Amino acid sequence: MRRVPRNIGLTVLWIGVTILTLFPIYWLFVISARSRVELFEPQRLIQTTFFAENYIRPLSDRTFRGYIINSVIIATGNALLVTILAVAATYALSRYRLKGSSNIFFWTITNRMAPPAAFLLPLFLLYARVLKIGDWKMFDTHIGLILLYCVFNLPFAIWLLKSIMDGIPIELDEAARVDGATTRMVLFRIIIPLAAPGIAITAILSWVFAWNEYLFAATLTSVTARTITTGLAEFVTVTGTNWGEMAAVSVIALLPALLFLALVQKYIVIGLTFGAVK
Amino acid sequence: MQSPRTGWGLLAPTLIILAITGLLPFLYVVYVGFFDWNPFAATKDMVFAGVNNYRRLVFDNDFLQSLGRTLVFAVCAVASELVLGFLLAQTLTKEFPGKTFFRTVFALPLMVAPIAVGATWRLLTMPGLGPLPYYLDKLFGLNYNIGIFSDQATLTLVLMDIWHWTPFVTLVFLAGLISLPKEPFEQAQVDGANRWQIFRYLTVPMLMPIILTTVFIRMMDALRIVDEAWMLTNGGPGTSTLFIGIHIWRIVFPKTDYGYGSAMSLLVLYLTIVLCWLLFVAITSARQHEVEGMRG
Repeated sequence: MRRVPRNIGLTVLWIGVTILTLFPIYWLFVISARSRVELFEPQRLIQTTFFAENYIRPLSDRTFRGYIINSVIIATGNALLVTILAVAATYALSRYRLKGSSNIFFWTITNRMAPPAAFLLPLFLLYARVLKIGDWKMFDTHIGLILLYCVFNLPFAIWLLKSIMDGIPIELDEAARVDGATTRMVLFRIIIPLAAPGIAITAILSWVFAWNEYLFAATLTSVTARTITTGLAEFVTVTGTNWGEMAAVSVIALLPALLFLALVQKYIVIGLTFGAVK
Repeated sequence: MQSPRTGWGLLAPTLIILAITGLLPFLYVVYVGFFDWNPFAATKDMVFAGVNNYRRLVFDNDFLQSLGRTLVFAVCAVASELVLGFLLAQTLTKEFPGKTFFRTVFALPLMVAPIAVGATWRLLTMPGLGPLPYYLDKLFGLNYNIGIFSDQATLTLVLMDIWHWTPFVTLVFLAGLISLPKEPFEQAQVDGANRWQIFRYLTVPMLMPIILTTVFIRMMDALRIVDEAWMLTNGGPGTSTLFIGIHIWRIVFPKTDYGYGSAMSLLVLYLTIVLCWLLFVAITSARQHEVEGMRG
């Protein structure tokens, strides 16, 4: 006798949900593969040809390649910085009895709560007028964005890593210390290896969030440090948008998301809820 | 215990960076909010204005309307996401073929850059280019054009937000549902409670802390929407999707009304904190109820 798998109705439901989820992204790919002539055929949902020009043009453009390189530098720099700082900070918060540490812990999250639009002006003025040495100013620099992205990535990294650090038994530290280990040895030989998966997830998610950021990048850069998200927005403001190329650039912008999805899917909930839900 | 000095040493770089990127701009916004300052106006200097900027805000119709439509958008989007997310999370507590695959793919929108989400939906909804206007017209005779009709623009933004964030709500609720103890539910079934009663008197109260946390996080994010709306409608048609984030941006940058923009930023920040604080109080009291309920 043929056995019908359990809850097959739910599979049908989820096929529908998956189609709804993927269709907008599928359509993005379709548009990115269309030439100007094919572009205005909304009735044709299936794409059989591939107009590579949409990808080749922006990728061979020096300015645009610069945007991608900037995004990679900024996202990588920020992810490294955030991860190192967050490991040190959460180790301190988890292992030392510091006065007011719970207040500090809560203060970090308030940094993530503020609407970014509220901080655009002061940051802009700070970067363009206050933080400068001679001719050099923080405005339109890689380091400027790398530091700035800490404001939303550090709180999230601290909240994610804190629960992981707290989960490592303190007896391990103590045993090592009895054997004469220094703080540095405890951190590098015990804590970091044990927390490695969590640290990797923190780094990847920080990277993705930094890569995805738009508003600060658009406001605080002009030429040398512009990122791919700002490049994407520029496509629309220019008169006579080239939709095919814009779609191709969007596809490039969402590649990291596609790449890392399976890896971090389980942790993204913890990351986005500041560890409130595990 | 190790010396606290090492601990502070490890914490110091984090605190310094957050002070520069978080605290300093905040203090600066508070300061500038008390001045009249437009560097490209007739008087370039900062002129102390006391609370004038705030007085202006209370009677500024553009600001109040912008605030209102942001709130409407956020409430509609978050409410829909909660309902959909709950239903979908319920289905994910059961076993069915392909579940792991579906759950992973479903999380994809969460990782996509908001600006790319806006671009994607623009390609979907643009007349002549996107299939949505074409098929809505073909199948239902509906004239769909978010460049002309304000209601459709708002509705499309809500749908986009639902597409973008329902996965998040679903995954959070799923984590919550899985962590609930099984005994009360088994007992309720033995006692002959129907599905609605179980949902109303068991699931919802027990899940309340997680529901409120989710509302808290989602409201916070929905209220500060900029990127997606910027890309999809750019505030239009007219001012129908000019959310508060875009409104502030326009005051500060094209109009360079720094003093007024600062006051507005601060008021919005304050309103967000009040709203979040109210939710936080609700969360804590819900947690207390839960603890008492378990004792009882």
